[in-house]
Amino acid sequence: MLYFTRWKAAAIVLTALVVCLFAVPNFFPEATVNSWPKWAQRHLVLGLDLQGGSHILLEVDTAAVRKDKLEATRDDVRRVLRDARVGYTGLVVRGNSVEVRLRDEASSATALTKLRELSVPLGGILGGSGQMSLNVTTEAGNLIRLTVGDAAILDRVRQSVEQSIQIIERRVNELGTVEPLIQRQGADRILVQVPGLQDPTRLKELLGKTAKLDFRMVDVGTPVEQALQGRAPPEDDLLYSSTAPKTPYLIEKRVVVSGAELTDAQPGFDQRTSEPIVSFRFNTAGARKFAQATQENVGKPFAIVLDNEVISAPVIREPILGGSGQISGSFTVQSANDLSILLRAGALPAPLTIIEERTVGPGLGADSIAKGKMSSYVGAGLVVVFMFATYGIFGLFANIAVAINVAMIFGVLSLLNATLTLPGIAGVVLTVGIAVDSNVLIYERIREEVRAGRSPINAIDAGFSRALATILDSNITTFIAAAVLFYIGTGPVRGFAVTLGIGIITTVFTAFTVTRLIVATWVRWRRPQHVPI
Amino acid sequence: MRLLRIVPDDTKFDFMQFRRISFPISAVLSILAIGLYFFHGLNFGIDFKGGLLMEVQSKTPTADLSKMRATLSGLNLGEVQLQQFGGPSNVLVRIAEQPGGDAAQQAAVQKVRGALGDSVEYRRVEVVGPRVSSELLSYGVVGLGLAIFGILIYLWFRFEWQFALGAMIANVHDIVLTIGFMSVTQIDFDLTSIAALLTILGYSLNDTVVIYDRIREMLRRYKKMPMAELLNASVNQTLSRSVITHLTVTLALLALLFFGGQAIHSFAATMTFGVVLVGTYTSIFIAAPILIYLGVGRGTDALTGPDSGKASTKSK
Repeated sequence: MLYFTRWKAAAIVLTALVVCLFAVPNFFPEATVNSWPKWAQRHLVLGLDLQGGSHILLEVDTAAVRKDKLEATRDDVRRVLRDARVGYTGLVVRGNSVEVRLRDEASSATALTKLRELSVPLGGILGGSGQMSLNVTTEAGNLIRLTVGDAAILDRVRQSVEQSIQIIERRVNELGTVEPLIQRQGADRILVQVPGLQDPTRLKELLGKTAKLDFRMVDVGTPVEQALQGRAPPEDDLLYSSTAPKTPYLIEKRVVVSGAELTDAQPGFDQRTSEPIVSFRFNTAGARKFAQATQENVGKPFAIVLDNEVISAPVIREPILGGSGQISGSFTVQSANDLSILLRAGALPAPLTIIEERTVGPGLGADSIAKGKMSSYVGAGLVVVFMFATYGIFGLFANIAVAINVAMIFGVLSLLNATLTLPGIAGVVLTVGIAVDSNVLIYERIREEVRAGRSPINAIDAGFSRALATILDSNITTFIAAAVLFYIGTGPVRGFAVTLGIGIITTVFTAFTVTRLIVATWVRWRRPQHVPI
Repeated sequence: MRLLRIVPDDTKFDFMQFRRISFPISAVLSILAIGLYFFHGLNFGIDFKGGLLMEVQSKTPTADLSKMRATLSGLNLGEVQLQQFGGPSNVLVRIAEQPGGDAAQQAAVQKVRGALGDSVEYRRVEVVGPRVSSELLSYGVVGLGLAIFGILIYLWFRFEWQFALGAMIANVHDIVLTIGFMSVTQIDFDLTSIAALLTILGYSLNDTVVIYDRIREMLRRYKKMPMAELLNASVNQTLSRSVITHLTVTLALLALLFFGGQAIHSFAATMTFGVVLVGTYTSIFIAAPILIYLGVGRGTDALTGPDSGKASTKSK
């Protein structure tokens, strides 16, 4: 146990040294580190609890996705049946299905064939799961039911998450913050972490809006009063203005131009009234559609609808052919700015709900760093003194080994670009406890072997070989706990699991190599006649 | 230099005899802890209960709690708890989960921010919606179960089933007592507490495994020694290590407890209780003596393990 070949000793020293060196970039300012070669730039990332910032967990509103999907299916059915000239008496959404009652049972074969075409394989052409988006069944001859399965909804939700992540990235980047993290979590969630953000109110406003903008015509043929009594025509929506007093409008469901066809949106001021406005520009297709609609409807009002609220409903005075325009509607400078950010970034495919928010101010973060440092220094200091008092020169060896161990933990953490949280610092402090234990196990074993009458070198040798098995066993159990913690934990708790887990690995490594090498070197040098512990 | 000797060499405490006292004590304490859990309950934190938690620092040197309470009670947000936290200007505001799902929690944050305005600095704002909180709780419970199970499998693999079972009983005992402690002190029970419980588990096992390792070694070496005597010898031989290790861990924990700040105070307190008080006691007074009842055999798997040959030649 005490004999090392030259190569082995060199390999141990080199490994420990290299791992420790990876911790070096943490001691230099970021600007300096950035000028170094890429491989040397890896460093620890401070968790949001230490540097301050906002952690927001968003969830795609599955109920809204389902409702959207069902309504879209209903509209598809209406279109298909009209094109196929199949008459029907009822078309409703019921539960997870769309039900249509045909006027004539004889047409059911035609209707079924046409409606079955609406169903497409899930997951696109590639990697399809064999499941279909719709399950079309027929009942009692003239009733056809199109069921939207859970798999279809899940598929939509998954797509929504993918699209939403991109849109959120564009929105958050407009805030001009440093290194925001936007990540999918599970099937229907998105995690947004913005370091350094003190007040997430604005961020939440930007994330919480779907920003679905439509240009639609106002239905002037039907009085609004009729719709208010619950008898709105099926091709219209009853919507309200976004500002108080809430004015009802009857707006056609058909979208003239959608927000997806905008190429740019900028905040500005109206030249005459100097009110804040948002000016926008359509792409070619959008411009053509808008020009055509305004040509056909001069003198009639159209509506700009944002998230099912009417922002404004101006009357078309003349055809708008240039493909650009402006929205005015009691904006403040801030809200005009926000709306243009949202329009540029695009609409979310489905509404997002904030289900968790954790924000730490910079003051608390700085306090936590100071406290973490303080407790680490005090803890380490106490342990160092205690070990020296208990084991003398061997205590000193233990302290050196533990110091190398801690440096290696920071090296590995930097190499992984891991996040250091306050519980993570606690993990390091506790690792010091575990690391010391491995030395205690070895030394106590050596003491026993000495008492059993072995010669010093024999006792040290036996002490190591017997204690190392125990060290391995006991550390694996703690490692299992750390692994579980990593698996179930989020944020700060996961940070704790990471440092604890890495700490256990480096502890086992140092116990098996570094400590042994130090003691072996000392034995060779001093040739002790008795063991001084 | 004279070195510190905390535990003298060759102690001969009769730990096994003590089981007649320690087992009943543990049984009573465990029942008490379970009773506390059911009748006194845990102080579930925001992670598991949902709701709002805000740490604010007033811009005046001392926070006017009664004024803040009056302001916040006027918002109709149900139960509002205010608590001095750390310094005199720091206040922890807790508001129970609002009925009406996730959006309602967000609305409540806006109300509180609106009411307190710029009179305070918002050091920490946490909002956990109803679904996240129930998920976190089930994750926590599942995690604890998984950890115990995983460790059990490992010990079964490494030792004999009696050891694994003994360690598991000791484990559950630790967890139950620590939960009792959390109930008595009404420490916030949150994700960090689960982390604390898992670490206690790890540490306590670490300790138990060290003693079990020695018991296994002794079983191989002294085939004829009576069981109680053998267990006693094993615990006594590892006593010095147990005490010294616990002292160093205690030193590290006390540093966290006194200098780590409010954010990890409850974590450090739970750990101190679980590791220092319960963990040590358990490995010595529960985990080892329980092997008497579980009937650890001689000449079975453990003795024909991969390194048993080596152990017996050394012991000649």
